[in-house]
Amino acid sequence: MNILVCVKRVPLTGGKIVLTEDAQAIQTRHLGFTVSPHEECGAEEAVRLVEQHGGTSTALTIGPPEAEEQLRDLMAIGVDQGIHLVTDGSEWDPQATGAAIVAAVRAQPEPYDLILFGNESADSGNFQVQVRVAQALGLPVVNGIKAISLEGSSLRCEQETSAGRDVYTVPTPAVVSVKEGINLPRYPSVPGRMRAKRKPIEASQPAKPQARLAMVRLVLPETSNKQAEVLGHGAEAAPAVVEILQSIGVM
Amino acid sequence: MRTLVFVEDASDELSQQAVVMAKGLGGDVAAVAIDPSGGYAPAAWAQTLVEIAQSRGATAITAPGSERGNEILAHVAAKLDQPMAANCVSVAGGDPATVTRVRWGGSLLEEARLLGSPLLYTSAAHAIAAEPISDVETVPVTSALSELDQAVRVVEQVPASTSGVSLTDADVVVSGGRGVGSAEGFSIIEELAELLGGAVGCSRAVTSAGWRPHSDQVGQTGSKVSPEIYIACGISGATQHMAGVKGAKRLLAINPDGEASIFAGADYAVIGDLHEVVPAISAEIRKVKGT
Ligand SMILES: Cc1cc2nc3c(=O)[nH]c(=O)nc-3n(C[C@H](O)[C@H](O)[C@H](O)COP(=O)(O)OP(=O)(O)OC[C@H]3O[C@@H](n4cnc5c(N)ncnc54)[C@H](O)[C@@H]3O)c2cc1C
Ligand SMILES: Nc1ncnc2c1ncn2[C@@H]1O[C@H](COP(=O)(O)O)[C@@H](O)[C@H]1O
Repeated sequence: MNILVCVKRVPLTGGKIVLTEDAQAIQTRHLGFTVSPHEECGAEEAVRLVEQHGGTSTALTIGPPEAEEQLRDLMAIGVDQGIHLVTDGSEWDPQATGAAIVAAVRAQPEPYDLILFGNESADSGNFQVQVRVAQALGLPVVNGIKAISLEGSSLRCEQETSAGRDVYTVPTPAVVSVKEGINLPRYPSVPGRMRAKRKPIEASQPAKPQARLAMVRLVLPETSNKQAEVLGHGAEAAPAVVEILQSIGVM
Repeated sequence: MRTLVFVEDASDELSQQAVVMAKGLGGDVAAVAIDPSGGYAPAAWAQTLVEIAQSRGATAITAPGSERGNEILAHVAAKLDQPMAANCVSVAGGDPATVTRVRWGGSLLEEARLLGSPLLYTSAAHAIAAEPISDVETVPVTSALSELDQAVRVVEQVPASTSGVSLTDADVVVSGGRGVGSAEGFSIIEELAELLGGAVGCSRAVTSAGWRPHSDQVGQTGSKVSPEIYIACGISGATQHMAGVKGAKRLLAINPDGEASIFAGADYAVIGDLHEVVPAISAEIRKVKGT
């Protein structure tokens, strides 16, 4: 199988989000970066499917030069190659993102059997890039998938719902967005990290179209600013805790 | 404004909220559900909505910010090649329309303009109070479907094999983070949860380490919980974890680090080692209950 997985570089925000002065972005000076857990699981799934059925896995990202770090991280867990659509770091809206992915897919000599996405991006959470890509390429798309298996030339895809599991069978080529929990991604090994450094990345700089979902500014939600009541230190706090549990009626 | 609202079901709370938000736009609001007898088929359902919207001259199409609502509206947006804003907490018509939408699972908001027509958005869960929907039209899936629209549909439903209290319905959630230290360390978390008739939750650090299954994970990419009390043991309080506990009525945090971010979101704090505090709480409960 020829598999593409699309990932987005995002900051690891920790306990508190701080905005830049112009409120256009998160202050990232002291932060690390990652991709959404959904997307990391997408990469792991691509690697597993290729291990089982043969083929090639490719990770694609639209992001600043530094996003190469995320492509290398995924190569370290077994992704074979990368496509980096290099930007100036400003965000692309979902239509622009979808169109750039479609153009990159069309430019490849071989079509993909499967294009994997995260169910939603970690930061902007638009819930739509994968559907736009599928529509433009004329491919079927299933979302929020927690299990994939190849049955002949179809994929059996399972989704978790409040009532249990919904099952879809989708002919390939197809687009599938996945959720964390579909697998437990492996940790990169040292040799894996070494190999990742030498794997090929195809880089290009597409022009950024005008945004149609145009961000004006970011706003931090109001926090309750509640002051936690300290019930005590160590085991001695237990009676005070139980008093609270009784008073709210959960005992 | 002529707004078409996709509703999952007249009794579905998020759908009710979507109708309330749509009414705020002014003008005509029609709530439409799709006959589910042929099985859920997102592209086919979206095509049905597009046809209804076009035949009625709808100037806005909206849906609840649920899994299906977001999925169907994404299909509508892709079919019409128009912009769409997911999970809005507020929306105002006008040219261009403006929205405030949720990012990072609720830890951040974004104000944005939507340069397109019709106006396409979904309403974020619990951004607005639900009201009963007076009138829902249930329509059949359109017969004018492309092969692609018909390619994806639910072919089988497997019921959940649930045992015990579910994380999302539990009145008490006792949740463990990296501070628990190991898979075995969760025995004291399980014991406390059991004494309170609650469910066990955990942070992503825990699922990544393989100590608990992902089904226990609370947060942006895990479950959203809404218990009477959430007891966070050895959890630092990363924004992505807190995104899952916003619905909790009260939060008790147990952590030796008085500076941990979890305390900023907590109602009650116990400063200390969970390996001492948690068993002491369980013992105290047994004592009080006389068992
Ligand atoms: C896009 C994205 C999505 C994410 N989604 C989720 C999600 O859904 N859920 C989630 O949880 N995380 C999620 N994360 C990860 C998140 O950013 C944090 O890494 C994670 O929540 C940290 O888990 P933790 O608090 O258990 O570990 P840590 O941050 O390592 O904190 C451990 C805490 O335990 C305390 N501790 C240590 N020893 C003890 C002891 N003996 N007794 C008591 N306390 C002790 C420490 O003081 C510390 O505060 C996501 C990250 C990203 C980027
Ligand atoms: N900048 C990007 N580069 C590559 N893939 C992306 C990018 N943005 C979004 N995606 C993919 O599209 C999915 C859905 O994104 P969104 O519609 O923003 O929620 C993500 O989980 C990624 O798989």
